[in-house]
Amino acid sequence: MNVVVCVKQVPDTSDPDVEVHIDSSGKGVDESKFSFVINDADNYAVEEAILLKEKHEGEVTVVNIGPEAANQVVRMALAKGGDQAIRLDDERFAFSDITATARLLASAIGDLEFDIVMTGCIASDDGYSAVGVTLAQMLDLPHAAMVKSVEVIGDNKLKVGRELEGGLLEMLEIETPCVLTIQTGINEPRYASFKGIRAASKKEIKVMDLEATGLSEDQVGEAGSTAVMVEYSVPVVGELAEILEGDAAETSVKLSGILKEKGLV
Amino acid sequence: MDYDLTEEQELFKQMVREFALEEIIPRAEEMDEEGEFPYDIITKMADLGLMGLPFPEEYGGSGADMVSFVIALEEISRADASLGITMEAHTTLGSLPIYYEGTDEQKQKWLVPLAKGEMLGAFGLTEPEAGSDAGATRTTAELDGDEWVINGTKCFITNSGTEISKVVTITAVTGMTGDKKEISNILVPHGTPGFTVAPPYRKMGWHASDTHELSFNDCRVPRENLLGTRGGGFRCFLKVLDAGRVAIAALAVGLARACLEESVKYARERVQFGRPIGKFQGVSFKCADMFMEVELAREATLKAAWLADQDRPYSREAAVAKLFASETAMRAANDAVQIHGGYGYIEDYPVCRYFRDAKILEIGEGTSEVQRIILSRSLGL
Ligand SMILES: Cc1cc2nc3c(=O)[nH]c(=O)nc-3n(C[C@H](O)[C@H](O)[C@H](O)COP(=O)(O)OP(=O)(O)OC[C@H]3O[C@@H](n4cnc5c(N)ncnc54)[C@H](O)[C@@H]3O)c2cc1C
Repeated sequence: MNVVVCVKQVPDTSDPDVEVHIDSSGKGVDESKFSFVINDADNYAVEEAILLKEKHEGEVTVVNIGPEAANQVVRMALAKGGDQAIRLDDERFAFSDITATARLLASAIGDLEFDIVMTGCIASDDGYSAVGVTLAQMLDLPHAAMVKSVEVIGDNKLKVGRELEGGLLEMLEIETPCVLTIQTGINEPRYASFKGIRAASKKEIKVMDLEATGLSEDQVGEAGSTAVMVEYSVPVVGELAEILEGDAAETSVKLSGILKEKGLV
Repeated sequence: MDYDLTEEQELFKQMVREFALEEIIPRAEEMDEEGEFPYDIITKMADLGLMGLPFPEEYGGSGADMVSFVIALEEISRADASLGITMEAHTTLGSLPIYYEGTDEQKQKWLVPLAKGEMLGAFGLTEPEAGSDAGATRTTAELDGDEWVINGTKCFITNSGTEISKVVTITAVTGMTGDKKEISNILVPHGTPGFTVAPPYRKMGWHASDTHELSFNDCRVPRENLLGTRGGGFRCFLKVLDAGRVAIAALAVGLARACLEESVKYARERVQFGRPIGKFQGVSFKCADMFMEVELAREATLKAAWLADQDRPYSREAAVAKLFASETAMRAANDAVQIHGGYGYIEDYPVCRYFRDAKILEIGEGTSEVQRIILSRSLGL
């Protein structure tokens, strides 16, 4: 069972001290104070890939699009049990949308021998939830999204559970090769051991630039995108909302006044 | 000159930090309150290789450098100083003497399970009448045929009474060379007749760590339980204490960092006189000083660890790191409670525990005074 798992490096939004500010270009956010981590859902995908490998043998290949600094999340995935990695890194990949991102991943994955491609079901930074399924389309493979359980039931058949509204599980059978987008909570991601970390530094991370992908310049980055990022903006304060000013004592008096006035208490 | 950690060390730090955040911090308060020894966390740490970091893989260890070891200790102690001391005493005091001096047979028998974290290591040096003056040891071991007969008492021995405490290395007087005591290290397995572990002490802090008085009453162990050479005990524990001091320094850095992080958080949240107290210099300068001292304490600790990794002498740097870091932790804990006001005196806030956990750092593995004696001597005074 060979599994390819796609991982993205994202800002650590669990850190309460980090505030998000739009940068001067208006198209990005100031990342200078961020620390970066593996995207949460991808962390579960890595674990699921390694669990499958441990149960059914085979290899896990980690794929990432990102700068050298993203080696950190790639190496951690290798330290947990990944076998090798590919990192797609080229300035011309910047501003790739879902389509261009999926195309890039497909270019790297297409030549590999695999049974399953896994991605996280959503990225915590842009929240598109679309790269995995777009990738399936480009690789011309069946897919299942929001996967909460995976079971191998035949030579090239899986039984997967998809999480629906209200925690309902939809069970379906799917043929391999296929693409699964993994939901958080499917497993309990492990920590890499010291020995795993040491072993990871000897594993190969193959770096691919535009030329190595075989794609042309107009297939990647902004040129290769169908949706182009225009600007970020902070939502305007709605007129219907009344923000109470003052310290806690003052605002609580005002609030109770309003509630009484509207007959709500 | 290179101040960066290697990629491997960075990843390792990140892993231990995540582990501490998710597995230890949520439990720390309860462990402190119940005085609960966290066997399950020790098992998880062992699985990650954290209980045998500096020992070679052939002895069940991780083969890590000293820098990685202090990185891990800082992160674990940031979450809980009790677990920090358990790991610290286990690795340095408990296991290093066997690694330094043990025969291959002794290493196979004791170091391998210790490094794998299946057993917990302990070292008995301190006695009721021999603390800072460790050479004043009164415990004796007399050779009777093929057995050592041990008599004496050891006090304040960390990790000596848990379910996985299986052996303690003690120092004992095995004879006289002229008018000088011949001090040797002897391995005493738990369960040996005549070896008694007293009930745990009621401590000011480190509640989730395990500390006991041990007594030996005509306790007989085989001759081959001598660790290292006869009379080599003193030299051995001096060497072990060097490593131990760097490790205590790392523990202190972790605790001081915990004080800093909690203080900054509270100073941002707590409003008095219409603004967050962190906006008052009286509070913010305390945080600034705390930050500065944590940085410096970490630098000193890493430098000593780095020297050890280069196989260069580091006794003096170990004393500097231990002295500065432990006093930093005590000051930081004092200021952290002050910044929290009355809430800092209440157990609902972790700084209350940090305060109780900090004081021992200025006492264990050589008091601050002893560190100053070492430094004075190194200055020729
Ligand atoms: C929780 C805990 C865990 C411990 N774990 C261990 C362990 O695992 N193994 C172990 O062997 N020991 C352990 N110890 C013992 C610890 O190392 C000793 O307590 C410490 O070395 C000090 O010895 P003492 O308590 O006898 O104090 P003393 O030596 O009696 O010192 C009393 C005071 O006098 C000062 N003093 C002494 N001599 C001088 C001098 N020449 N000049 C100036 N001042 C001086 C000291 O600095 C101190 O302030 C532990 C202690 C505690 C509390």
